[in-house]
Amino acid sequence: MPSLGADMDEGTLLEWLVGPGDLVHKGDPVAVVETAKSTIEVECFATGTMNELLVEPGTTVPVGTPLAVIGPAEERRPVSRAPKKGKPSASTEPSASTEPPSPPPEPAPGPAPALSAARQRGHIEAGPLVRHLAEHSGVDLEALHGTGPGGRVTRTDVEAAVAARAAPRPRVRASPFARRLAAELGVDLATVTGTGRESAVRAADVRRAAPGPAAPTAPAPTGAAPVRPSPQRPPAAARPSEDRAAAMRRAIAGLMTRANRDIPHYYLSTSVDLAAAMDWLHEHNRQSPVGERLLPAALLLKAAALAAREVPELNGFWIDDHFTAGEGIHLGVAVSLRGGGLVAPALHHADTLALPQLMNSLKDLVARARTGMLRGTEVSEATITVTNLGDQGVETVLGVIHPPQVALVGFGRVVDRPCAVDGLLGVRPVVTATLSADHRATDGAVGARYLTAVSRLLQNPEQL
Amino acid sequence: MGVDGSHEAKTTYREAMREALRQALRSDERVFLMGEDVGRYGGCFGVSLGLLEEFGPERVRDTPLSESAFVGAGIGAALAGMRPVVEIMTVNFSLLALDQILNNAATLLHMSGGQLPVPLVIRMTTGAGRQLAAQHSHSLEGWYAHIPGIRVLAPATLEDARHMLAPALADPDPVLIFEHGSLYNVSGELLEPTAPVDLEHAAIRRPGTDISLITYGGSLPKALAAADELAAEGISAEVIDLRTLRPLDAEAITASVARTHRAVVIDEAWRTGSLAAEVSARIAEESFYELDAPVERVCSAEVPMPYARRLEEAALPQPADIVAAAHRAVN
Amino acid sequence: MVRESISRVLPGADVAALGPDDAFRDVLEMDSLDFLSFVEVLSERSGVRIEDEDSRRLTTLSAAADFLAAHTR
Repeated sequence: MPSLGADMDEGTLLEWLVGPGDLVHKGDPVAVVETAKSTIEVECFATGTMNELLVEPGTTVPVGTPLAVIGPAEERRPVSRAPKKGKPSASTEPSASTEPPSPPPEPAPGPAPALSAARQRGHIEAGPLVRHLAEHSGVDLEALHGTGPGGRVTRTDVEAAVAARAAPRPRVRASPFARRLAAELGVDLATVTGTGRESAVRAADVRRAAPGPAAPTAPAPTGAAPVRPSPQRPPAAARPSEDRAAAMRRAIAGLMTRANRDIPHYYLSTSVDLAAAMDWLHEHNRQSPVGERLLPAALLLKAAALAAREVPELNGFWIDDHFTAGEGIHLGVAVSLRGGGLVAPALHHADTLALPQLMNSLKDLVARARTGMLRGTEVSEATITVTNLGDQGVETVLGVIHPPQVALVGFGRVVDRPCAVDGLLGVRPVVTATLSADHRATDGAVGARYLTAVSRLLQNPEQL
Repeated sequence: MGVDGSHEAKTTYREAMREALRQALRSDERVFLMGEDVGRYGGCFGVSLGLLEEFGPERVRDTPLSESAFVGAGIGAALAGMRPVVEIMTVNFSLLALDQILNNAATLLHMSGGQLPVPLVIRMTTGAGRQLAAQHSHSLEGWYAHIPGIRVLAPATLEDARHMLAPALADPDPVLIFEHGSLYNVSGELLEPTAPVDLEHAAIRRPGTDISLITYGGSLPKALAAADELAAEGISAEVIDLRTLRPLDAEAITASVARTHRAVVIDEAWRTGSLAAEVSARIAEESFYELDAPVERVCSAEVPMPYARRLEEAALPQPADIVAAAHRAVN
Repeated sequence: MVRESISRVLPGADVAALGPDDAFRDVLEMDSLDFLSFVEVLSERSGVRIEDEDSRRLTTLSAAADFLAAHTR
């Protein structure tokens, strides 16, 4: 089970997209995994033959659990793998490079080398006592910096983390069977009232809280709160939508708490004159078929990506007390979901995409984020994130960084403002660009350089 | 089959055990019985009453009061091709023969590179409840269940008393049979076993769905009584009789806990380091994700067994204690 | 046709409950991407080219219908 984001500690295998004996290539989607936040297609990290599927669909397993055994590709049997259920998967690649298969216990598929550092976060050096202690006290080992020999997380580290934590989320007191049953029935233990000793949740409590046989909750037909159900895949038949929303809320809560606790943020803000950009955009849209029109967001994202190329200190990760630059610029795009909640999947290599391409990728990404069809590499690989709350009408966004990234760029609404232009007062479309950055990784001067670059890039839209 | 063949006659545990010995002595001339007072006195608990008269002093032998000597003699006889049944009066006296059992009987096969099996059966009385005070009321079968190289049996029913001896004698390795003192007078109709009596499997003495009461030997009747009481309250208790304490039938335990998700282990021995501890550990290892409540144990108070009746009753597991433990697990 | 186009973009939305003068972008919480898709679908279905500036006027069902009526003639 790969770690599909810093906030994920377990996932439910919903569906295998391949069967035993199938030839798989590195990067192929092989399974659909549901996390607290989304339904994600997991891409294979090696090329080879799927020897054995170890986890049954519907099973929830912790991150790091082997899902399948991949053996060496059998060259003699070049079976072109037919993706089942018409999944939008990469069609069979031209040649299967038979690189030695990675051992199955690798905790995450490793498609892009970009995240090799982040990926190693799966291998935390910590003994069983420390793991037990961490689990018991709800401490995320990955978030700890080990002070023991060789970076081992020690008991003292965990205890320090417990002491430092302002509001610990207590682990739900539940019997092991109740916990297992809750996972099977898709019941969120936190919502169950325990009737056992010291309010422990027991199996009977879980059964009471479980939805009846007519489980899948239909979207409520209220005009006020429209829900967009996933057409291909009902969002987790196993999990009622309220519980799912609650689970996502908690996942976000955990991640954001960690971000705000661990990351010393600094914030910068600047107004960017968009007159040139908007003029260019209108002209472009006037000449283009409706399907090829661009939104201002496309320009803003492209400028943010190019600026990250100019200021690479903001594009990457803060892990184990040092900064690791991202390989390539994978722009996380914050997408709010219909039922509430948020995901920030990555637009891969956003700095290299031409605007129409970027626009199409954005449409595709947002649509898939909202229907729960993201791929593993998209949810785990963003190197810097952009949030655009302009549609919601706000002018300034001061965001919280998505760990282990070190910067979050915010754009507000494009508004007409009186401006001094060439000594005259003019009304210009203006957007407020903000930067939340990790002061451990960079200082204000670097952030200032970044925002200045964004502003400058937006003055020459034709070069974006 | 009743002792005297009459169909309505009730049989006691003692008589069932005697019948088993009689059959063994009759069917195999290598079998002989020895121990303190097993001949003329008829056995300390009357199990071998009448066997001396029937089989003579060569095959039913009274021994001097030296457990180490006559258990050692039994081991020697077994090595020499005999099939001895050695009776030790009570488990506390077996400690005088512990070196013979642990260092000789249990190890010779191994030490001889597989050349010297020890087909010996040692019977002894165990347990409290008869006001025999601190020196004759132990339940040390858990200690013996610790030792690789021997098999440990705890017949708790008339059927097992009657039918466990033959397979024990057929076993090429040493077998210890623990007879709980409180069971000798238990009487009932002895039924022919519906399945072959084996020495491998635990038995479900009463099926149930809400909680597993896991026990053996002298505590079985108490667990069954507790199950009756629980049934009256609508709690369906499954009673597992371990029967063989070594090797433990872990699968039966796992299967039962998978049905009920709760377990109470009842063991007359002291709680600390007991067989109940072993069973609880197995449940934690094998059935953790089945558990809906912590495993409960009902064991004897950790004191030397008192002589006074009330105090002895208070120190021993009682049906009410088992019911209370079940309530803790279920409610 | 307007309702159908909205449904295509937001399959779960209760389009039937929309009043002719409701500002559906707000009611249905459509963001700019949703709205662009809506314009795209509507344009495709009606055969009417909807300019960027015009699209801003398509705020209610009736406004959209009026716009289409005016441009298909």
